[in-house]
Amino acid sequence: MLEVANVSKWFGGLPALQDVSFTVPSGRITALIGPNGAGKTTLINCITGVDTAKSGKILLDQCLVNTLPAHRIAALGVARTFQNLKLFSNLSVLDNVLTGLTVKAEQSFVFSMLRLPALRHQERYLRLRALESLDDFGLSNKAYWPASALSYGEKKRVEMARAFVGDPRLVLLDEPVAGLNTDETVQIAQHIRQQRSAGHTMLLVEHDMELVMDVADQIVVLDSGRCIACGTPEAVQKNPLVLEAYLGRMEATA
Amino acid sequence: MLSAKDNIFYFLYLHRTGLTVTFLSILLLLWPMVESNPYTVGLSNLIAIYVLVVLGLNLFIGYAGQISLGHAAFFAIGAYGSAIATTTLGLPAWPSMIAVALVTVLVALAVGVPALKLSGHYLAMATLGFNIVVYTVLVQWDTVTGGPSGFSGIPYLTLGSLVFDNEIRFHYLVWTFAMVALLLCLNLVRSGVGRGLAAMAEDETAASTLGVDIRRSKVKVFVLSATLASIAGSLFAHCYAFVSPESFNIFVSVDFMIMVVVGGMGSIWGTLFGASLITLLPEWIEALDTFKEIVHGLILVLILLFLPQGLIAGLVESVRKKIALSK
Repeated sequence: MLEVANVSKWFGGLPALQDVSFTVPSGRITALIGPNGAGKTTLINCITGVDTAKSGKILLDQCLVNTLPAHRIAALGVARTFQNLKLFSNLSVLDNVLTGLTVKAEQSFVFSMLRLPALRHQERYLRLRALESLDDFGLSNKAYWPASALSYGEKKRVEMARAFVGDPRLVLLDEPVAGLNTDETVQIAQHIRQQRSAGHTMLLVEHDMELVMDVADQIVVLDSGRCIACGTPEAVQKNPLVLEAYLGRMEATA
Repeated sequence: MLSAKDNIFYFLYLHRTGLTVTFLSILLLLWPMVESNPYTVGLSNLIAIYVLVVLGLNLFIGYAGQISLGHAAFFAIGAYGSAIATTTLGLPAWPSMIAVALVTVLVALAVGVPALKLSGHYLAMATLGFNIVVYTVLVQWDTVTGGPSGFSGIPYLTLGSLVFDNEIRFHYLVWTFAMVALLLCLNLVRSGVGRGLAAMAEDETAASTLGVDIRRSKVKVFVLSATLASIAGSLFAHCYAFVSPESFNIFVSVDFMIMVVVGGMGSIWGTLFGASLITLLPEWIEALDTFKEIVHGLILVLILLFLPQGLIAGLVESVRKKIALSK
């Protein structure tokens, strides 16, 4: 599915990513963990085209994507959520989810202006898809609310609905439970598992170890821009490098 | 099961846009039969012309999230283009209007592609500069444009044997254009393209990861708005049979901006209100005509300070909030 090979990225003289390599297998959940500043979000930004990797390759189903602009990568079926929510507060919840279908819609300017029957038909279909996706995330009763009126946890779920609505090949979840309480975290974990059983491939960036150990099939550990471990949750938990760099520190404070 | 009454409400809700457009069109159709004063009808014609310009500008400011202080320049290209093509070159009016609109598309591309790499203040300055250039050309190139004293003798538009030579006839023509443009713009913002634009106005990064081609979308909206301004300019020239550079200076561009802000940025319906209010204000209160720039500036500042969503949208929202809180 996704193959990250020897990716490096500098911000000025500071290396953010150095020679990072791993693969995300299809239909699984790969978790990307690491202490703050390890380069997780930078990597996600590189994969989605928000940032460009300095060197190395990012392959999506054997297709080189690292030089493509963000909207082209989106068109290839990569969707994401953001660490700090990026919902459109002026739009309704439903319209927010509908923006996740931009790629699917492929509407042209002129045809949109004419609003021919074909377009109305498509809009009706897209609306149904969006409502289904909202239903999956338990928000169909708030479809017509302005997005700004939702709680933080609900907004996180709208972002997930928006990411999954277009049936993307790969979904990147950037800290989906950051700032949520235990109940909401459990709920999100359920949604993530549900989406996996629906066949979605996910790359999950998260600090919440409980969630990561719970849902991930495979874990990639970054530390100071380097990939220090990669494997099943059990293997990674026992990896001395990881314990030292990350989990060890956590246990020491606990 | 829905009751008959619910069904009616649902129908009204479902077709609210089409129904409102139809209702407004009927009002406009009947209005000249009630209002016989040609001066008043003439004013409404001017509003329709401004509506055309401001619709496009509103998409550009409110949906694409960009700023232009140079739309009077495209308005000018339409007006002078049609004037020169029909009067100097003796070409037929309708094909000229289309040809001039196509030229405007090219000009907008030439201006927009580099200028839209800028944003915020820089884009405002670039478009302002473009307006000043066009204005200076209109004033200085007097062998072609007639210079500061203007360009006269522009023929009226005709449709078969019908000549649009008085306010009432022109009313039907120009409001047809305005209502069609209104409908097209409403359609655009209700589509996926419109949602993409609204997303882009709020957050370009998020919009691009959803598949919106930011740069192209901006250029497209810019070209669309320039084209609408050009058509409005052509109608303006044929309506008054006379154009002069003063109708296209930077203060006119600023007025267009104020119309957008008064109507509400991103509110297509608000455009009608914004264009009407700013056009009619000096008519209602004569003193305002003398201090037009000051008053318009004041309106702009007050609205941006207290009702940044626009006059109508802002008032509606504050009333809604009051109602919601009193529940």
